[in-house]
Amino acid sequence: MTTTFDKRLTAEAMVASLADGMTIGIGGWGPRRKPMALVRAILRSGLKDLTVVAYGGPEVGMLLAAGKIKTLIYGFVSMDVIPADPFFRHARQTGAFEARELDEGLLQWGLRAAAMRVPFLPTRTGLGSDVLTANPDFRTVTSPYDDGEVLLAMPAIKLDVALLHATKADRLGNTLTMGPDPFFDDLFARAATRTFVSADEVVERLDLDAATAKDNFYERCFVTGVVETTCGAHPTTNPPRHGWDFKAMKAYAAAAGEEGGWNAYRRDVIGTDEADYIDRMGGVATINALPLPIF
Amino acid sequence: MTQEFTLAELVIVACADAFRGNGEILASGVGTLPRIGAGLAKLTHSPELLMTDSEAFLIEDPIPLGPRTGTPALSGCMSYARVFDIVWSGRRHAMIGPLQIDRFGQTNLSGVGPYAQPKIAMLGMRGLPGNSANHINSMFVPNHSKRIFVEGEVDIVGGVGYNPARWLPGMNQTAVDLRRIVTDLCIMDFEGPDHAIRVRSLHPGVTFDQVQDATGFPLIRPEGLGETPGPDDAALAVIASLDPKGMRASVFKDNPPARRS
Repeated sequence: MTTTFDKRLTAEAMVASLADGMTIGIGGWGPRRKPMALVRAILRSGLKDLTVVAYGGPEVGMLLAAGKIKTLIYGFVSMDVIPADPFFRHARQTGAFEARELDEGLLQWGLRAAAMRVPFLPTRTGLGSDVLTANPDFRTVTSPYDDGEVLLAMPAIKLDVALLHATKADRLGNTLTMGPDPFFDDLFARAATRTFVSADEVVERLDLDAATAKDNFYERCFVTGVVETTCGAHPTTNPPRHGWDFKAMKAYAAAAGEEGGWNAYRRDVIGTDEADYIDRMGGVATINALPLPIF
Repeated sequence: MTQEFTLAELVIVACADAFRGNGEILASGVGTLPRIGAGLAKLTHSPELLMTDSEAFLIEDPIPLGPRTGTPALSGCMSYARVFDIVWSGRRHAMIGPLQIDRFGQTNLSGVGPYAQPKIAMLGMRGLPGNSANHINSMFVPNHSKRIFVEGEVDIVGGVGYNPARWLPGMNQTAVDLRRIVTDLCIMDFEGPDHAIRVRSLHPGVTFDQVQDATGFPLIRPEGLGETPGPDDAALAVIASLDPKGMRASVFKDNPPARRS
């Protein structure tokens, strides 16, 4: 009999393994396939002074509102249907965190450099723009070839931890990520020392065919732990299971306009328990009936 | 004589014209009118354009706005990773709506005010630095005003332009290729001396002085400045097919006709 191993753990156990001041990359894109149950577990914890790296959606606004973020490395923060997250805007306008704004493509370039274990990757992107103002530590490099071109040396963005959401995972750390776009989850995983993946379903062994095997985007050697979180991406989209929850995102955004709005949202909506949260949001069947958005 | 058309339909034709003669590139019209414009270009004068379903797939038949009646035929995948690759390859033309534009064609989507603590924070730089440094770019401005066409530099330079002070020796800015700015008043381009912004045509009933008064920097007025051409009946039919729900009618207040009275 083959000896096997088991990477299953709870979101609470995952958070307990994290430390203040860590650099945490969060996969997905805007309001799409965000590991929200893992983020909610962080919101329920005492973790602080984080550097967060993300193509930001509501998770960034929530972590900022909760005062968890010291530095944010990002290309944008948006919920699409609600273009500007009011908690993000408020934090940005009050200088509440160090904003390391990047071009979207540069963010993946920095993750790729970390994944490839090189100090930087060259690119023309970012030159001539305020990417250099926003990131005063960035340096240029001169091509060693005859062209002699001056390029941006985009530094590696090394992550202590990556948090990702998948459709399905197994206890070995294999993942299946469905939906039309894998985004940059694979780069987040390879750029990180440890990666935790939440999935709607965690099984003994993934049993894929040649077509679905292409949807295992990063190797299990990069996966430290898997957390079963049914509807764990709520309120963001998680195709093919469910679309985004516009009502829930609207209620979250509206909280920013209320006196003490975040504290009330944190207490009454995020709450103390994930199962209760899903119930408050209408339950699994209701969430899985949320239609996928059409663009 | 052709039938009456709206300002939105005139602007769609202007957006479509920006994609003319670009060759086999990915045309990305962001927002209602640029998106219909890109579709109109592909279905009329520029069938070679590549286009997406606005999510993650390549399509050959532009998808009408609004709820879909069927599943579109896909001709390939176009995930964000592949979009970034094609951006850096140069084979793309994006038309976007920035928060601010300056005389150098530099654009801003990040926020208004100083970077450290903006008065108004928006989404972030998004793809502007990469788009502007690597491929053709155009802009759509629904309300031509000095708030958008700012007097000095834009507050936070996301999209790069032709400001010599921003380009240091050795940097290659040859891929910066700004084409058109389509507004509710006129079409502009960068074909003045040293890429200075020039009014290319005025929308019917608009004067050059009106445009200049709504712009925070001096504009170039070419000889024989003409009127922006509108859609013919065939173009109107294509526009209607790309926008069956009439979403174009909600872009400008009260959906005005193309000719101002």
